[in-house]
Amino acid sequence: MSASRGGRAILREITLDVEEGTTAVLGASGSGKSTLLRLLNRLADPDTGTISHRGTDVRSVDVLDLRRRVVLVPQLPAPLAGSVEHNVGYGARLAGRRADVERALRLAGLDGGFAEREAERLSVGEQQRVMLARALALEPEVLLLDEPTAALDEEAKEGVEGTIRELENTLSVSFLVVTHDRGQASRLGTRTIEIDAGRVTRG
Amino acid sequence: MRPSIDVSLVEVATALGLVAIAAAVSLWRRAEIERDIGLAVVRSFLQLTAMGYVIQALFDSDSMLLVVGLLVAMVLFGAFTARGRAKAVPGAFTPLLVALGTAAAVTLGLVLALGIFDPEVRYLVPVGGMVIGNSMTAAAVALNRLADEVHSEARRLEATLALGATSAQAAAPLVRRSLRSAMIPLADQTKTTGMVFFPGVMVGMLLGGADPVDAVRLQLILLWTLLGAVALSSLIATSLASRRFFTPAHQLREPPEP
Repeated sequence: MSASRGGRAILREITLDVEEGTTAVLGASGSGKSTLLRLLNRLADPDTGTISHRGTDVRSVDVLDLRRRVVLVPQLPAPLAGSVEHNVGYGARLAGRRADVERALRLAGLDGGFAEREAERLSVGEQQRVMLARALALEPEVLLLDEPTAALDEEAKEGVEGTIRELENTLSVSFLVVTHDRGQASRLGTRTIEIDAGRVTRG
Repeated sequence: MRPSIDVSLVEVATALGLVAIAAAVSLWRRAEIERDIGLAVVRSFLQLTAMGYVIQALFDSDSMLLVVGLLVAMVLFGAFTARGRAKAVPGAFTPLLVALGTAAAVTLGLVLALGIFDPEVRYLVPVGGMVIGNSMTAAAVALNRLADEVHSEARRLEATLALGATSAQAAAPLVRRSLRSAMIPLADQTKTTGMVFFPGVMVGMLLGGADPVDAVRLQLILLWTLLGAVALSSLIATSLASRRFFTPAHQLREPPEP
């Protein structure tokens, strides 16, 4: 599978098999890790080749349904205007379901007191957890985390890593965690895929 | 009694003296718009004179078919002009054309159906021109703002799409803000009219010797008609154009920088 972004080739003829469980995707910035995640929940499509989830070509299923099962949490938090509760309930509401907001917040390491707060006024670390909570509220099969700690300071980073490890143990969700930090890759992932200049060097 | 007024070319030429003030200010403060001012004077003279003869010919012919032809030409020209101002919107011409055409047809249709104006050439041409002109400005402002919003909010849009939102759902807050920015100027103008701002129609009628109460009533009809037209045209333009930023698979065509 090959993919480009803005007319520039990013991923070059890669073949990859990601098993259930937790997988870290390690690579320098610009190596194509984020593009890989974007392809997996179809924020973009590859130029050539196909992507399958559980044996089905992702292009053959309803894209909205796919994005609710394979949820991407972007590198920089970008919550909707409004309360944390509005943010966490949003995705489920679109799918015609009611989200358990409190549970999702708790899983993401936030107490219920955050529900009423204005999402955009929280610290970056808290916003990142809100982004995680609203993804969890969809009860996804796969969570795609793009540099989940890149925007955070050391203390907040350890906290988020702890939360992700806890989620791995308590939920039956597969994780694909993109990181440029080798230490984080080995702390979080049971398997590691390495990408360098658009090619898989270890996978 | 029909108001009438005679204006000689000499009087028009004398008004150029005031243009000299504008040119002098530009030269003195090096605003470098004297060329634009000169071009504006020449163009306004030529365009309005031509339009005057066209309207005269239409009045003389009293042909509805010609009026409709003129309105269609105005819609086409308006959509073309507005597209020039909304360059960042991919394929903006069709949404603008539909927006201006619908706004003009619906508002003029209602004005006629409700019996506010008689279906006469002398009403349809100037009212149609105002409706189309204001619709054009509003639609251009709306699309310009929409393109800015999509660009600056690209990350949030993608984050929202990533949760399973359709492109329309993700873009809804942006469309709402664009719509507001297009309608606020006319809403404000309508609020302050008669206080700090004398609208053109009223000024024209008063200069032409009409009864002030009549002038006011006609002005109100026009302002309120324009509010409807502007709302329709910016609604249609933003609704149609907002789709063009996305693929059918609800993907942003121009994703944010990595």
